[in-house]
Amino acid sequence: MTEAPFTIEQFYKFLAQGKLMAGKCAHCGKIHLPPRPLCDNCFHQTFTWMEIAGKGKLLTYTVIHVAPEQFQALAPYAVGIIELENGLKLPGMITDVPHDQLQIGMPLTIDFTACANAQSWPQWPRYCFKP
Amino acid sequence: MKGKPLVSIVTAGLSKFGKHEGLYARELFAEAVKEAFDRCPRLEPKRDIKAMFVGHMGEAYEHQGHTGAAIADWAGLLNIPATRTEAACASSGAALRSGVYAVLSGLADIVLVGGVEKMTHRTTAEVTEYLAMASDYPFEQWHGITFPGLYALMATAHMHKYGTTERQMAEVALKNHHHGTLNPKAHMQKEITVETALNSRPVATPLKLYDCSLITDGASCAIITKPELASKFTDQPVHIIGTGQASDTIGLYERQSLTSLQAAKLAAKTTYKMAEVTPEDLDVAEVHDCFTIAEIIAYEDLNFCPVGKGGALAETGETRLGGRLPVNTSGGLKAKGHPVGATGTAQAYEIYLQLTGQADRRQVKNAQVGLTHNVGGSGATATVHIYRSDQQ
Repeated sequence: MTEAPFTIEQFYKFLAQGKLMAGKCAHCGKIHLPPRPLCDNCFHQTFTWMEIAGKGKLLTYTVIHVAPEQFQALAPYAVGIIELENGLKLPGMITDVPHDQLQIGMPLTIDFTACANAQSWPQWPRYCFKP
Repeated sequence: MKGKPLVSIVTAGLSKFGKHEGLYARELFAEAVKEAFDRCPRLEPKRDIKAMFVGHMGEAYEHQGHTGAAIADWAGLLNIPATRTEAACASSGAALRSGVYAVLSGLADIVLVGGVEKMTHRTTAEVTEYLAMASDYPFEQWHGITFPGLYALMATAHMHKYGTTERQMAEVALKNHHHGTLNPKAHMQKEITVETALNSRPVATPLKLYDCSLITDGASCAIITKPELASKFTDQPVHIIGTGQASDTIGLYERQSLTSLQAAKLAAKTTYKMAEVTPEDLDVAEVHDCFTIAEIIAYEDLNFCPVGKGGALAETGETRLGGRLPVNTSGGLKAKGHPVGATGTAQAYEIYLQLTGQADRRQVKNAQVGLTHNVGGSGATATVHIYRSDQQ
């Protein structure tokens, strides 16, 4: 069986299966989240998949009030950047936290509930972060 | 005398910034070009201008791509090599830089650089969506992170790390609105109070309406040439003595720092070195205040103050007209307006006016050395230029 390609699309396909997956360069060991087809550190192209624990801490956040049309029904909504293991970072929406209780450093966990149906570009599954 | 001239600006033009109902971008650009030509009667545009670079961010606004050629035609320059440069909000900073490349290469000795954006005929929701295209699609736009949202993420981090306050950000808005009242071409020409800014409605917390630059229509341009040719066209050339550009990850989330822009720091370092200038030598600067926090971060990235002290600098009045280093005398993106593709060369236009003593009520006395800082997206592109007049 050939290995799944190290692409953003494949990253989102794994999300639909409830897995947060990074690509690890077989040559230099750099971990890419999202995965890349070319290591930006050593330019090698051989990788292995590595599952990343979905627990992290909030690095920064904002509550968005003025949203593009497709998100207007959700506004105001919170988004943030979350630091996971190995210093990897991901941005995403933050749900189930009252907006006045958002705090830098608070623990958050990735949630795949909304990712159940695998889709393809440009309609990917959308993960979020919860306490 | 500081820095060897790389190229020289012989003239520049700027359309009125604001709402231009019923005009296409190319028609607006003609207004800027006409001013530049009128300022420089010794220039024969069809004979002299050998190439053109024009910054333009979005096809979506007018359903129009391929703007380099279209704009050259409407500027009366049909048939010259004309190329659109796109680097989001730094599109015309990149056009200026491309012009410097072209002149220094020897392939074109007189080059028109400029930029344009026509935005106000679109709704705020549409503009919000189009601007967000300058950010990462699969990990930022897809998760509902808007453009103000990205700078809000930086603002939250900056406040947490350095104690920067919403009031300090409001001081930036207050200053730039004051400067805007002195610029007849600014989109907004009214004074505001800190309270007005602090009480305005939230856009992406902690950023409020008065922390955000304006959705504006506008065009700008400058004509650059080899320094040895400048005197043929003008008695008052403004020399570009340093140029820098750098890039960074398109996604904010991948960066090492959420409180400074590495691309801006790298571009500034290159530019200061090339120009043989330190921040203490600057008389005036135009920085990319797309949001108030962006001006505070710019102070730090450009070494106008120590890291973390940008908010405090905003409060001192040192960057206000009459202060030690006036910043955004044009009103900045905040009050003059931010027609994204036009902004980089609009900054160059302001420095051109300042260094040739033509800035009227907002003239910085004896301004001889100036800087522009133009940022694309949330910081994936930055261009920095340093200028000096002949009179030193």
